[in-house]
Amino acid sequence: MGLEQKLGNMGVVTMSAEKAINWARSNAIWPMLFGLACCAIEMMSTQASNYDMSRFGMELMRASPRQSDLMIVAGRVSRKMAPVLRNLYDQMPEPKWVISMGDCASCGGVFNNYAVVQGVDEIVPVDVYVAGCPPRPEALIDGILKLQDKIKKEPLAKWQ
Amino acid sequence: MEQPLPSTNIGASVLAALGESVSDTRVFRDEVTLFVVKEHVSEVLQYLRDVEKFDMLTDETCVDYLPREPRFGIIYQLYSMPRNIRVRVKVMLSENDRSIQSAYPVYRSANWLEREIYDLFGIMFVGHPDLRRIMMPPGWEGHPLLKEHPVKVEEVAFSFNRERVMADKPRAQE
Repeated sequence: MGLEQKLGNMGVVTMSAEKAINWARSNAIWPMLFGLACCAIEMMSTQASNYDMSRFGMELMRASPRQSDLMIVAGRVSRKMAPVLRNLYDQMPEPKWVISMGDCASCGGVFNNYAVVQGVDEIVPVDVYVAGCPPRPEALIDGILKLQDKIKKEPLAKWQ
Repeated sequence: MEQPLPSTNIGASVLAALGESVSDTRVFRDEVTLFVVKEHVSEVLQYLRDVEKFDMLTDETCVDYLPREPRFGIIYQLYSMPRNIRVRVKVMLSENDRSIQSAYPVYRSANWLEREIYDLFGIMFVGHPDLRRIMMPPGWEGHPLLKEHPVKVEEVAFSFNRERVMADKPRAQE
């Protein structure tokens, strides 16, 4: 039994390649399993069954940067961690996106001191910033939906 | 079984044995602090370990009392497992002479603790086997826990100064 019996003849769907590819990309983002601090706890609960990130096609957290296309920077980035973070970003295959999750990753948060990078956008280009200390899972999901909207609007010329 | 001695009881015998090495003692709520002359710190630690059975260096740390002179205090927290008592050894260092004998030959646990003090306060430990940074990245300049080190790295951006603060903020490349 297929969809045809239920919905009638679906026929042919036409759409631009740009739209089709962006739709596919935005609904199958594989985030990297990468937590730096307390925000990672919220990221875990976002991914787990209560909030369930898999509703948006993001259930597959990969522990390797080579298999993922979204980096969620969850937590404060220390100066010593900064080169490691950039290294991981460089190892991710294109196309790739970055969500800066929480105040510390976005601007240093309460850690305005020598040890912490004042915003991860000093190291990697950020697509979506999520505010909160830490952000609730709903906020992270909102950031993810914003990112999906952004990917859906990405023009052909920007494909790498 | 022998009763563990209250920590205040270590005073008399130790002071008699160490003599000139201990410049001052302080007791606060049964916690004993021995102020030790800088030159004799190794012998004092050796004596406390071998004779008084303080077999464990729980922590070694440093305090920067900036307006005061001597400026730095190196603090050794010792614990005796057989006697179940603790003692604190404190050595004051002056601003112009930021070096001290390493405790590593006596207590092996001083290795990383002294690297941390060197990293954050810039105190040199003579006789340390591997004195290099442990907390900060290798290329870091300065010692961040010194009081003259600035507390903030960046001006906080409000609506009235946001443009100026954001203008010289570094940005990542793709």
